[in-house]
Amino acid sequence: MPDAAVSIRGVKKNFGSFVAIRELSFEIRDNEFFTLLGPSGCGKTTLLRLIAGFESTTDGEIFLYGEEIEKLPPDKRPINTVFQSYALFPHMTVAENIGFGLRMLGWNATDINNRVEQMITTVKLDEFSHRKPAQLSGGQQQRVALARAMAPQPRVLLLDEPLSALDLKLRQQMRAELKALQKETGITFIFVTHDQEEALTMSDRIAVMSAGELQQLGTATQIYEEPANRFVANFIGETNLIDATIHSVNGQQVVCELPGGFLLDARIDNSTAVNTGAQGAVSIRPERLSIVAPDTSQQPTNHQGDHSLLNATLIDTTYLGTDTIYSLKLTEDHNLSVRVQNNNALGSKAIGDTVTVCVEAAQFLAQ
Amino acid sequence: MGQKHRFNVRHYTGFSFMTIVCLLILYLPLLVVLVYSFNDSLSITRWGGFSLRWYTELFTGVESAKFKQAAFNSLTIALSAGVVATLFATAAAIGMVRGGHFRGKTLSFGLISIPIMVPEIVTAVATLIFFTSIGIKLGYASILLAHIVFCIPFAYLPIAARLQGIESSFEEAAQDLYASRWQAFRYVLMPMMAPGILSGFLLAFIISLDDFIITNFIKGAGVETLPTAIFGAVKQGIKPNIMALSTLMLLFSIVIVTLSYLIGRSDSSKATH
Repeated sequence: MPDAAVSIRGVKKNFGSFVAIRELSFEIRDNEFFTLLGPSGCGKTTLLRLIAGFESTTDGEIFLYGEEIEKLPPDKRPINTVFQSYALFPHMTVAENIGFGLRMLGWNATDINNRVEQMITTVKLDEFSHRKPAQLSGGQQQRVALARAMAPQPRVLLLDEPLSALDLKLRQQMRAELKALQKETGITFIFVTHDQEEALTMSDRIAVMSAGELQQLGTATQIYEEPANRFVANFIGETNLIDATIHSVNGQQVVCELPGGFLLDARIDNSTAVNTGAQGAVSIRPERLSIVAPDTSQQPTNHQGDHSLLNATLIDTTYLGTDTIYSLKLTEDHNLSVRVQNNNALGSKAIGDTVTVCVEAAQFLAQ
Repeated sequence: MGQKHRFNVRHYTGFSFMTIVCLLILYLPLLVVLVYSFNDSLSITRWGGFSLRWYTELFTGVESAKFKQAAFNSLTIALSAGVVATLFATAAAIGMVRGGHFRGKTLSFGLISIPIMVPEIVTAVATLIFFTSIGIKLGYASILLAHIVFCIPFAYLPIAARLQGIESSFEEAAQDLYASRWQAFRYVLMPMMAPGILSGFLLAFIISLDDFIITNFIKGAGVETLPTAIFGAVKQGIKPNIMALSTLMLLFSIVIVTLSYLIGRSDSSKATH
């Protein structure tokens, strides 16, 4: 088996009495678009800085393609970084910025020029090579930062929230470009963001972090569809979290009891073992709920078994153009939010009506 | 239109009057010196027509050799003290601003900046006692040494201010791109700090050039700088050639200070990103 691009083994990091990283162990594969996702202060940037070599670990080891790099200073690691603030050298032109790493590596002038030209073309900055960073727009500066970090052909590229300073439209465009660039170059990308949409759209795998700990590691689909815990379910997208008790277990399928006595089919994460009677919560995505024929609540439908229907009272609707959000009251203390595409098939509902909702997918989260 | 409602200091009663009074107090004496340096009369109070005779006398008259030697001392001391103080100040600024938290950091900052606030006469007496007690011979070298020391805090301020405005991510970026610590300093930090370093140097230079009190205490016999030479000459009565010399020094100072200001301002906007 080839070595992982980056292997994090029992890494801890404290700043004085503040624990930035409690303990982390996971591997980032070669040629992967890997994202560290989490709210600010979760330790994701600290981990990035540990990999880059700007900070040293309190405990644990970091391996780069099988080689321990803890003792190496940043300039001895074949890793480059795209900084959040870009950190373009203001006194150098675009070309000089991009060529800086190559110059420090001792390349000769001709090779530097060729490589710089190639990078400038890759990031579409041909007319700007003699400008200073201050004369460029935010998007162009971002491209220079990218070209500068990629010019020395690092084995791993670290990106610290590189898109956060751009406006929405440019950000969306850059996402696609970054993804394409990663595929094209085959460089392992480690991307740090707090923006879940960014993480979901670009990443091969995502590590969700919170409070210095890994919450879940998986593909976008796994993280969204099968969140490992309440934090992940809440942090990624919108969800309904409802208290639940396990009624019966059948492998990864469980039946759980919801407030109001409803029974509901749900899945559990393969790493969680639960027994009958275990307390927890179910996470149900609003778009995985649908409102079925009104006032025929007791009719079985062709959905999965009997345990997928809930009765609730409509308390509010929010029209969003393509979709409508229905707010339902399940019991006194539990509300449900349902997101339905507008297609006129549903007919109008009045506030106070009792409706039947069908749950297409639910995930049980242990306490 | 909206101008009326905004805060404007001009609307205070007596603003113009106070402004004029302040400007007069500050600049009238200088103006008098400037004007009378071109006076074609031996009197320093009566106007006897325009002339450059005092400038000519300054460079060719009986006292010219003394003034030339003093000017040479002043300029070489200011230049050397400025350069050396700037080197120390740059190192101090990097240590203080980039050194993270270390024991005695606040104390160090105090020690660097206190000399600016200590009455100069105290520094002068202390320096004299110190030099004589350790047996340093008073003369050119003792002046230079003292100037280097008291110029450091002045050079430090603009350099540290500039460095504070430079995010550490620039050096990190340089190191990330395979620059050693030295290369990161040489190719990234130093060029970015250059305006601060230059304005620190110019400030140190002008402070040294201008110093009288400390110099007068420790210069020893026979060695003069321009300020002490002027003081010596004035003791025997103010001659118009002193006015010519003062005017030249004034113009020189204005040029240096303006230069320092322009450099400090020129690209402070580029320092952040």
